[in-house]
Amino acid sequence: MSEKLTEEMLSALPDARGHFGAFGGRFVSETLMDSLMTLEKEYKMLKNDPEFQARFDKELADYVGRPTPLYFAERLTRETGGAQIWLKREDLCHTGAHKVNNTIGQALLASFLGKKRIIAETGAGQHGVATATVCARLGLECHVFMGAEDVQRQSLNVFRMKLLGAEVHAVESGTRTLKDAMNDAMRDWVSYVDETFYIIGTVAGPHPYPMLVRDFQSVIGRETRRQALEKTGKLPDALVACVGGGSNAIGMFYPFLSDESVQLYGVEAGGLGIETGKHAAPLCAGRPGVLHGNRTYLMEDENGQIAGTHSVSAGLDYPGVGPEHSWLKDIGRANYVSVTDDEAMEGFRKLTRVEGIMPALETAHAVAYAIKLAATMDKDQTVVINVSGRGDKDINTVAKLEGIEI
Amino acid sequence: MSRIERTLEALKGQGRKALIPYITAGDPHPDATVGLMHTLVAAGADIIELGVPFSDPMADGPVIQLACERALKHGTSLRQVIAMVKEFRTKDSETPIVLMGYLNPMEAMGYEAFADAAVDAGVDGVLTVDLPPEEADDVAPLFTERNLDAIFLLSPTTTDDRIRAISEHSSGYVYYVSFNGVTGASKINVDEVASRVDHIHKLTALPVAVGFGIRDAHTAAAVGRVSDGVIVGSVLVDTIARNQADNDQLKRALTDLLHPMREALDGLSS
Ligand SMILES: Cc1ncc(COP(=O)(O)O)c(C=O)c1O
Repeated sequence: MSEKLTEEMLSALPDARGHFGAFGGRFVSETLMDSLMTLEKEYKMLKNDPEFQARFDKELADYVGRPTPLYFAERLTRETGGAQIWLKREDLCHTGAHKVNNTIGQALLASFLGKKRIIAETGAGQHGVATATVCARLGLECHVFMGAEDVQRQSLNVFRMKLLGAEVHAVESGTRTLKDAMNDAMRDWVSYVDETFYIIGTVAGPHPYPMLVRDFQSVIGRETRRQALEKTGKLPDALVACVGGGSNAIGMFYPFLSDESVQLYGVEAGGLGIETGKHAAPLCAGRPGVLHGNRTYLMEDENGQIAGTHSVSAGLDYPGVGPEHSWLKDIGRANYVSVTDDEAMEGFRKLTRVEGIMPALETAHAVAYAIKLAATMDKDQTVVINVSGRGDKDINTVAKLEGIEI
Repeated sequence: MSRIERTLEALKGQGRKALIPYITAGDPHPDATVGLMHTLVAAGADIIELGVPFSDPMADGPVIQLACERALKHGTSLRQVIAMVKEFRTKDSETPIVLMGYLNPMEAMGYEAFADAAVDAGVDGVLTVDLPPEEADDVAPLFTERNLDAIFLLSPTTTDDRIRAISEHSSGYVYYVSFNGVTGASKINVDEVASRVDHIHKLTALPVAVGFGIRDAHTAAAVGRVSDGVIVGSVLVDTIARNQADNDQLKRALTDLLHPMREALDGLSS
């Protein structure tokens, strides 16, 4: 890294126009500009409003179930034979993933702004479920956009959302997956902009979304920092998190950015292997471009058309990534790596068998990489894996891969 | 003076309103586009907005989404679209052409390479849906230096401060989006449009063209009465979709649609 990141530098990002270095910004059609500028202004006020913060903290404690434990994975550590492996248990959050940290924050924001109609996009359905959940909690109308392909692959989550009172819109355009769900959510937003609040599920989208989603998710890293000091007497040597849009990773990384000794690893979906082109690893194998309101690393063809992606995990199956990660990559503060579908499945089985913790397939990517990494490190060092979610939602996928019919 | 300014000035002198059809380049097939452009001119177009297909057209409804998919199925690239304009120019040096699309294909080509190629081919203006002036610092000067008009959108949600700021970044005309929504929807409220356009005219000297929701002679005349021009998109693209099997029939259908709009607009001045 060329230059030390100070607290001061970090708190100045994104800049006034929502840029993280060359990335981020606000690339949307004119109709949405006013709404985004209002949201930014209101959020900046609420961020320092004790009443709003107290309400958010209370929801995180009593509804989400925070703080989540930092757990020492003793058997996994012993079998790996390297650094101590610790797990940040976001899988124990209400609804089974970190997503709810953000949805409760944004839904409170919507309530404070007086918006009663909520929309969201979802891939695997985790963000959709987390949004439908907080809408039920706060009495808000909820519309979830989901690619028609994913509606079929994740039928269990579709049913959960409906039970929670949400309307699920199957998106038939494009590749019928997450990016198309996001397109349709933005189309809905343009059409009902006055009454609608768009709860984006990751640190992507136009400014101020990457900033506010990061802020809401940063509770993960703040707790981890405190817990690591309590339990190990020092900061961790490495943090490992999977990266789809990048919200669980930035939530874990952000409070550690100015701690130079802490190595950061974001793990992208390598799919069938980077060399096959069938993956979802824009930071490892893409280039900068503009999609969904921000400039960031993307998977695209030579003509700037967005490329199809592949991953065994629907939650990582996205051609873009949050702009702050693009910046962290370019300044060299974080390392971005990938693991394949097969390696992730191996990680899934390992954590399940050795620790009795069944991770989401997204999380399994972080597990697989962390095991490789820990093996190269010393016994007195520590690695923290962000266990972003639990694997119950993926049972059907895993069974299918093993040729088993449930 | 740019070709767009000349055209709009001349129309104004005659007390006439601009008819600005939109089609997506490469739809239904890249070989058909130049011919369709000439058809639009023969049917009364003053300016053509030529859509550059994009895989993720976030501001467009299903009709133009499908047009993009058809065009991309044939591999229509930004470079090819520019080549289509070049070919069009061999027979028509009068009708201004505005490329309309999303930022990423331009970014992938490189802004300077794009601007050079566009000017060389005879493109007159560029409208990038997802590029507000705030993000155009790097791009806009490249256009200005080459006399390419940068056309920006105004919407019902645009505040007065922004109307002024956006107009300052614009040349040629400003494009007023008639309602909050995507292309192809039919939410237009003519009275509301009239009062908004009136208001915009007080804040900028640029001509104001209105798009979204104009689908026949009636809506064209109603909106033409209160603006400097009308942009007609989804209804043409839908006609292309329905007649894609037979090129001659398609040209007749486009003419049958556009010609009455031309007459209705010209009827306003008499
Ligand atoms: C459990 C879990 N982890 C990770 C992700 C990826 O999202 P992000 O990169 O924003 O954390 C998802 C998305 O659905 C998820 O459900």
